[in-house]
Amino acid sequence: MARQVLPGFRLSTGYTLAVLGGSVLLPLAALLWTACELGPAGWWAQIATRRVLASLRLSFGAAMLAATIDVVLGLLVAWVLVRYRFAFRRLCDALVDLPFALPTAVAGIALTALYAPHGWLGSRLAPFGIDVAYTRLGVLLAMVFVGLPFVVRTLQPVLESMESDLEEAAYTLGASPSQRFFRVLLPLLAPTLLTGYALALARAIGEYGSVVFISGNRLFKTEIAPYLIVQKVDSQYDYRGAAALGAVMLAASLLLLVAMAWLQRWTRRWAVTR
Amino acid sequence: MGGDTLMAAISAIVSIGVRPSWSASVVRVVLVSAALMVLAWLLVLPLAAIFAEAFRQGWSFYLDAISQPDSMAAVRLTLTVAAIAVPLNLVFGLAAAWAMTHFTFPGKSLLGALIDLPFSVSPVVAGMMLILVYGKDGWLGSWFEAHDVQVIFALPGLVLATVFVTLPFVARELIPLMQAQGSEQEEAALTLGASGWRIFFHVTLPRVRWALLYGVLLCNARAMGEFGAVYVVSGHLPGLTNTLPLQVDQLYQENFSAAFAVASLLALLTLLTLGLKRLLEWRHGEARNGH
Repeated sequence: MARQVLPGFRLSTGYTLAVLGGSVLLPLAALLWTACELGPAGWWAQIATRRVLASLRLSFGAAMLAATIDVVLGLLVAWVLVRYRFAFRRLCDALVDLPFALPTAVAGIALTALYAPHGWLGSRLAPFGIDVAYTRLGVLLAMVFVGLPFVVRTLQPVLESMESDLEEAAYTLGASPSQRFFRVLLPLLAPTLLTGYALALARAIGEYGSVVFISGNRLFKTEIAPYLIVQKVDSQYDYRGAAALGAVMLAASLLLLVAMAWLQRWTRRWAVTR
Repeated sequence: MGGDTLMAAISAIVSIGVRPSWSASVVRVVLVSAALMVLAWLLVLPLAAIFAEAFRQGWSFYLDAISQPDSMAAVRLTLTVAAIAVPLNLVFGLAAAWAMTHFTFPGKSLLGALIDLPFSVSPVVAGMMLILVYGKDGWLGSWFEAHDVQVIFALPGLVLATVFVTLPFVARELIPLMQAQGSEQEEAALTLGASGWRIFFHVTLPRVRWALLYGVLLCNARAMGEFGAVYVVSGHLPGLTNTLPLQVDQLYQENFSAAFAVASLLALLTLLTLGLKRLLEWRHGEARNGH
């Protein structure tokens, strides 16, 4: 104990641990306990069904693709918001937070209404043979929606603090715009882009409300893993199956957390050696 | 309205400001229009769709839909849940920030990681974990049953799920700020003979009030809009355990336009939150470090 000068140590840590214990630690322990009780074989028996494996494949596959799309779109949006001045820029900047603040169920039904066969966009896409609602494309779209602000908000402060002198130096040395982008800018932004990717990925994997309406939850096709957990708890009272699947999702979240902590350290070192 | 006017409008919007070279301004126009299109397509369209669907059948239908007894009960329940969960998290954020920034103790970095954890856990998994503890067959289920307290499928469960998903909001605004401010002023007050509470209310709180408000604003928006975690623990009893987002889900199966009418209330809350958030960032930008 280095210094304990100020009062309130017991009260503040006590309250923190009490709330954390009741709402987070105890539930976490219960999940781990239930999953461990199953044992590796029992756990695998719960996971290795066609329905569960299909949902995991969709959840992780679509989330990875969505996070990749978010990185591209997010870089474009963050770049434009930081580097250019145009009418409605502040409004656009504020709008980026919309997926953070809009309740997921509301986003879900709004996307579904837009892309349903008779929806405003759905009816325009149908002649081209593109079905978004109730397909995997819909799952992807909803995940792109919820992940976008993570990439933009991660990139913005870094782009703001990054001086343009490096790009200018590259320019005076005769680098073309594409060279300046791919060989100067992207390597500098790489750790930040990866952090944004990881954040968007974590959100997309666990997302429920935005996805379940537009996905249509078709067996083996558009069921995401969180939907199966809800099904197991809500209508089948299969808590062991839900815990087995929940443990997989939790492990993925923890893995991403560790990866992000590691990324942050890398970014800091990167900034120092630069 | 032809494509020409649209192009003219776009170039008028994007060409305000300085214009260095010809190729640079072409890049600029292309990039800005592309970004605007992404935002319009991905964010504005869904937002517009909510209000368009909500008012499709006119004002009187809209007012009827939101004044149904079940919808009003959902509004009341959502306000009740937020009124319990948000103050709980406000105090949690203050306590956690006080503990994390004024003291050193073993396991401090672990505590920091645990405070952030709920943001990474799927809300659905959070709800399921709560059932494993507080449900009928859960760890504490029989104890609560013996004391005639229903947690899951009742208000306490909804509050617990909401507390879980909103736990980090206030703490993660306060911790970096208080870390940057250090403990010197508090320690100075201590040497002048101020009591702990006095230091807290007269020294610490005024210095973090805007960051605190910012955290509470985001916490409240999430608390009122949470769907996945409360979905699992609610049992969806209309008029009893349906919060607003759950009522939207229920209505969506039965009456499309009514679902959007209720959803528009939540969308309005979102717009209000975003507006206030901008205002706070603009007026008290120095209160925030971080993005």
